[in-house]
Amino acid sequence: MSLFSYLFAPRPKSASIAKERLKIVLAHERAGRDAPDFLPRLQKELLAVVARYVQIDEDMIRVNLGKSGETSLLEINIEITGAKPKDRPVLAG
Amino acid sequence: MAKVVVVTSGKGGVGKTTTSAAFAAGLALRGHKTVVIDFDVGLRNLDLIMGCERRVVFDFINVINGDANLNQALIKDKRNDNLFIFPTSQTRDKDALKRDGVERVLEELKKTFDYIICDSPAGIEHGAITALYFADSAIIVTNPEVSSVRDSDRIIGILSSRSRRAERNEPPVDIHLLLTRYDADRVAKGEMLAIDDVKEILSIPILGVIPESESVLRASNTGTPVVFDTESPAGRAYTDAVARFLGEQREMRFVTPERRGFFRLLFGRA
Repeated sequence: MSLFSYLFAPRPKSASIAKERLKIVLAHERAGRDAPDFLPRLQKELLAVVARYVQIDEDMIRVNLGKSGETSLLEINIEITGAKPKDRPVLAG
Repeated sequence: MAKVVVVTSGKGGVGKTTTSAAFAAGLALRGHKTVVIDFDVGLRNLDLIMGCERRVVFDFINVINGDANLNQALIKDKRNDNLFIFPTSQTRDKDALKRDGVERVLEELKKTFDYIICDSPAGIEHGAITALYFADSAIIVTNPEVSSVRDSDRIIGILSSRSRRAERNEPPVDIHLLLTRYDADRVAKGEMLAIDDVKEILSIPILGVIPESESVLRASNTGTPVVFDTESPAGRAYTDAVARFLGEQREMRFVTPERRGFFRLLFGRA
């Protein structure tokens, strides 16, 4: 790089980088903050139940508490495409 | 009606105690009877910033435990008759700050004071939660810097979910943002988050902007709240912020780079 272009090349301002990074991280943190405490535990237990019947990975289940109009909505998404059914359900107990 | 105001930030070292001292002194100078309480149990420092460290006999924990009464523990400021300092204890027992005890003391203080300023410790542990729990208003002290802004957002979330007003479904705590250590030159160069950036990210109203200023260290060196330094930019900016807190309209000062003369450039900043 020539001295000229080194001196005059536009450099991204660090303040705008800071602003973008903050916007992203705070959007993420605010969403997690409003979730009730029991969600992670519920997700874990659901995963355990489903895993007795089909092979499933931890990242294939998502539990969210949202709102649809006046009613609260507990949304459970379990992705099983590609998951193999287990030969024989293993019953707890 | 007495007002409980918490000065908080989440992050340490952003200027909570400086702000508590300046705000309390500023309110007292405006004629309001004001007490400033140190909630940082174990790390007493407000007494030093207020310049009354040699007059501490009894403290906040002594009063909570009933070992002393309020009149014995409150220190009357020597510069202003409306201003009182309530120092904290040096105990290492962090749980000494019991919520019902704090409530009792605050109720007692409300009988005589117009404003009760609570200087919160850093963090989001017991002491910080206790300091903000009873608040009617909050001053969030933030530096234009990523970690401070993030922590402020966290503490704003806690204020709106875990304060007494939130728990009782009362009108929410009145939250104000105070931007400290602001360097207008660096903002102009794009090296520091600008007022509008922070306002946009945190979406709370701005009470004031305190410029980075040598007078803040000078004030703490001498144990004088910076508002008493009426010449300094920081002192004047705090005075403006207090006026806005009291409902006045004042334009923001010290937020654009100052034009410097030749001699200023040669000999550095005043």
